[in-house]
Amino acid sequence: MIRNDVFQTLKPIISEHLVVCNIGAPSQELHAMDDQPSNFYMLGTMGLASSIGLGLAAAQDKPVVAIDGDGSVLTNLGTLATIGSNPHGNFTLLIIDNGSYGSTGDQPTYAGMKTDLAAVAKACGTENVQTVSAEDTAAAVQAAIASDEMTIIVSKCESGNVKVPVIKTNPIVIRERFMEEVRR
Amino acid sequence: MATEMDHQIVKDLKAAGIDYITSVPCKQLAGVIEVLDETPEIMHMPSNKEDEGMGLCAGAFMGGMKPAIVMQNTALGVVVNTLATLIQFYQIPLPMLISYRGEVGEPVACQVEMALHTKAILNQLHIPTYHFHKPEDAAELPGILEYAQMASKPVAILCDASFWRASA
Ligand SMILES: Cc1ncc(C[n+]2csc(CCOP(=O)(O)OP(=O)(O)O)c2C)c(N)n1
Ligand SMILES: [Mg+2]
Repeated sequence: MIRNDVFQTLKPIISEHLVVCNIGAPSQELHAMDDQPSNFYMLGTMGLASSIGLGLAAAQDKPVVAIDGDGSVLTNLGTLATIGSNPHGNFTLLIIDNGSYGSTGDQPTYAGMKTDLAAVAKACGTENVQTVSAEDTAAAVQAAIASDEMTIIVSKCESGNVKVPVIKTNPIVIRERFMEEVRR
Repeated sequence: MATEMDHQIVKDLKAAGIDYITSVPCKQLAGVIEVLDETPEIMHMPSNKEDEGMGLCAGAFMGGMKPAIVMQNTALGVVVNTLATLIQFYQIPLPMLISYRGEVGEPVACQVEMALHTKAILNQLHIPTYHFHKPEDAAELPGILEYAQMASKPVAILCDASFWRASA
């Protein structure tokens, strides 16, 4: 299964929740599959989906799912320390670990080599860290949303992207409608 | 030890409704950070790098809080992309309280190098910039904080060595 297959299984589970999604192909695939005002798409900043998700979870009580990528977590590795030391029970970080920089042509990341992001996350202080197969991801995310313990899920899937259009929605529209969902 | 000025700055932040702050320390900011940690009305969540901090602030803002970041001017070399593609692109108000290292009174030669680029980077990014050089300049802080919210923009408040020394 590639990222987009995992997203298909996630659709019924995350559709109603606040989602902050990683830059590039991940946001485009989510947008093409199930565009929701409760989705915040990163249009240009690599590495900050998990940070935005944590800030959002700290600021309010609704469940927050940040969908990040292995490459983006590696570029902002300090985020795992900040998350680990500031646990918020309504926060779920889902790392789509396809071992590559998918958006830019599937170049390998160190997560696809020697680096174990789940072990890093654990060492950084998050207690509930799970490595799951692509097939088991949806169930793990569902359980994490339902639980009031902060959870980091590393979903092991294959490299690959599907052809979907770029997101043309105005960024202010994305932010305003997302904030309306937060306030609802 | 926090000075009266450090207390006044945090008081102004609080009065402006700022309730979420992330920081990466600087010697000149130690007093402000000390006061922040004694201020229950403000959630202080330190970050490891300032671009990460701006991500946290963007999330806190969308969650209904009023964020600010406390950082050193050298960090402007880190955050250009994040300022442009996150804070400015999505129009997020973000006061940046910045220690302005490398100005007159600076003991560390290397700090001068980024001081030379500080205002140029801020100008290039079209970021409203205020320079506190004397203690009385800080009287502008409440107005600047309000201005950032009104404009939905990042604003920079540069506080140099002369300001901190004279405020001590
Ligand atoms: C600072 C910066 N460097 C490089 C890029 C180009 N870039 C965009 S997405 C991406 C790959 C992200 O990989 P990952 O987070 O693993 O997501 P995936 O597409 O694999 O799901 C890269 C390198 C960028 N946007 N910003
Ligand atoms: Mg990847």
